[in-house]
Amino acid sequence: MSISTRRVRAIFRKELREYRRNKSIVTGMAIFPLIFLIQPLVVVFVLPTSAAGQLAHEHLLLYMLGIPALVPAMLAAYSVVGERQQGTLEPVLGTPIRREELLLGKALASFVPSVAVAYAVYAFFLACVELFAHPGVAPALLQGPYIAAQLIFTPLLAAWSVWLGIAISARSSDVRVAQQLGVLASLPPVLVTSLIAFNAIHATPGLALGLAAALLVLDGLGWRLTSAAFNRERLITGTR
Amino acid sequence: MDSQEGGQRSAAALHVHGLTKRFGTRVAFEDVSFEIGYGEVFGFLGPNGAGKTTTVRTLGTLIAPTSGSATVAGIPLTPENGVEIRRRISIMPESPGLYLRLSVAENLQCFADLYEVPDPGDRIERALRAVSLAGRAHDACGALSKGLRQRVALARALLSDPDVLFLDEPTSGLDPVAARDVHELIDTLRRSGVTIFLTTHRLEEAERLCDRVAILNTTLRTIGRPDELRDRLFARALTVRTLAPLPDPGSVFGGLAAVDGWHQDGPASYLLAVSDSTIAAPAATRALVAAGAGVLSIGESRHSLEDVYLELINQDTEASRR
Repeated sequence: MSISTRRVRAIFRKELREYRRNKSIVTGMAIFPLIFLIQPLVVVFVLPTSAAGQLAHEHLLLYMLGIPALVPAMLAAYSVVGERQQGTLEPVLGTPIRREELLLGKALASFVPSVAVAYAVYAFFLACVELFAHPGVAPALLQGPYIAAQLIFTPLLAAWSVWLGIAISARSSDVRVAQQLGVLASLPPVLVTSLIAFNAIHATPGLALGLAAALLVLDGLGWRLTSAAFNRERLITGTR
Repeated sequence: MDSQEGGQRSAAALHVHGLTKRFGTRVAFEDVSFEIGYGEVFGFLGPNGAGKTTTVRTLGTLIAPTSGSATVAGIPLTPENGVEIRRRISIMPESPGLYLRLSVAENLQCFADLYEVPDPGDRIERALRAVSLAGRAHDACGALSKGLRQRVALARALLSDPDVLFLDEPTSGLDPVAARDVHELIDTLRRSGVTIFLTTHRLEEAERLCDRVAILNTTLRTIGRPDELRDRLFARALTVRTLAPLPDPGSVFGGLAAVDGWHQDGPASYLLAVSDSTIAAPAATRALVAAGAGVLSIGESRHSLEDVYLELINQDTEASRR
C-alpha cells in the first residue's frame, strides 16, 4: 500500500485551517497550557533562594508534560466526529483517499500544533525562570536530564494521545463526549508523571528509557490499530 | 479520462446485477439490477427510505453490498478496487458537506489534492466557471446561501472530471431559480458526455433531464424511458371535449376503428381507450362531425411520469396492506 503525501498534506492543511478558525478549539488549546504553566511558575516565583536546592528533588518540570498529554487528545477527539457532525465526512470518504492517509493527515494536524505549543510554553517557562526567578532557582531547576526528558517525552506522549483521541472520535457520535473521553483517556500518562513529580515513583534513567520505549511501541501500533478500527460504513450510516 | 486509457473502457458505465444491502434484518434495497451506458443521464426515483441513497453509497464504495455484483466505470465493485473506483467517479451527497469556515477556493483546493488532479488552480477555475461562481472563490462557504453552497458542491464534484457523476437530490431545498441553474448545469454535463446517476424526488425534473429512469421501492419496480413507462403502465387514450353533452355517445364512439372502449369523463368530456391514436383520432372526428356535435378538442391523453410513479408506489402500498 502506497501513501500519497499530497492527500495527507491536503487533510493536514485543511485541518489546521479549520482549527485556526474554530474559537472553541483555540480557547481549549490556550486553557490547558495555561493551567499547566501557572502552577510551576507560582512555585518557582514564591520560592526563596534558600529553598532552591530542594527543587532538584521535586521534578517540577514534569508537570508540564500534561500539555502534550491533554491538548492533542482534545484536538484529535474532534477530528472525526466533528467532520461527521458537520456532514463533511461523506464527501471526503467519497474521494480516492485511503483511511490510513486520512488518519495520518488528521493525526499530524493534532500532533504538530500540540507539540509546538508544548515546546513554546516550556521555552517560555524556562525563559521566565532564567530571567525573573530568585538567584539559585534556575541552576537548581534547569538540569540536563529534565530538559532532555521534556524534549523526548513531549512528542511521545502527544502521539499516544493523538491516536487515542482519533480512535475515540471514530467511535463517538458527539463532539463534546468525544473530547471529554479523549481527555479522560489521556489522564494515565499525566498520573504517572504526577506520581514521579511527587516522588511516589522514583525516577531513574532506566525507568525513563523503559517508559519512552513503551510509548514508542504504542505510538507505532497506534496508527495501524486506529486504521483497523476505522470503519467507513459505520461512520457513514451510523450503524453499530 | 483515466478509464479510456489502455482501451479498458467497458460498454456500460454502470452494470449492477442482483445487488442487495441489508443492515442486520433491515433491507435497504434488494436484488437491484440495471445497466447504464456512458453519457446517459439516469434517474433513480423512489419514496423516502426506498434505498436510493444507500444504492449511491454502495456504488460509490462507501458501504459494502451484502450480495450481488456491480461494475462501476468499468471496474468490478470489490473492496480492493475502492480507491480506483473512487478515482473515476464523483458523488455529490444530498447535503453539500462543505467546510463552512473555509473559503470556496480552499474547499476546492482540498478536494483537488485528494483527487490528485494535475494543475489544480486551472481545474478549480474551470469548475467555478461551470457553476457560475468564479467571482465568489474567496468567500467563506458559511456565508453562502443554500443554493450557492449546492453549486460549490457541484463544482467540487466536477473537479476530477469524473466518468460517472452521482448526484443525490441535487435540487433538494433549492428555490426554483437555483433548481433551474442546476438543471442547466446537468444539461451541459450531459452534452459533454458525463454519465450522470441522478436520484431525485422531483419527477418533473427526472422527466425533463433523464434519458431513462428507474423507480426503486426497496426492490426495483420498473426501468425504462419515461414514455416507455407510461405506455407500459397506462393504456393509450384520447380525450374528447364537446360543446354540449352528446345525446347518445354510444352510437358515436361504438365500433370506431382502433377504439377499444370509452367512458364519460365529465359533463361534455369523453375518454376513449385506443390501440392506435393516429387511426382513432380522425375516425372519432369524422363520427362527431357526422353526429352534428360541436367539437372543442380531441387530444391524446398524456400520463406524466408522476402518474407512473404514483401508480407503482400505490400498488406497493396496497400490496403491503393485504
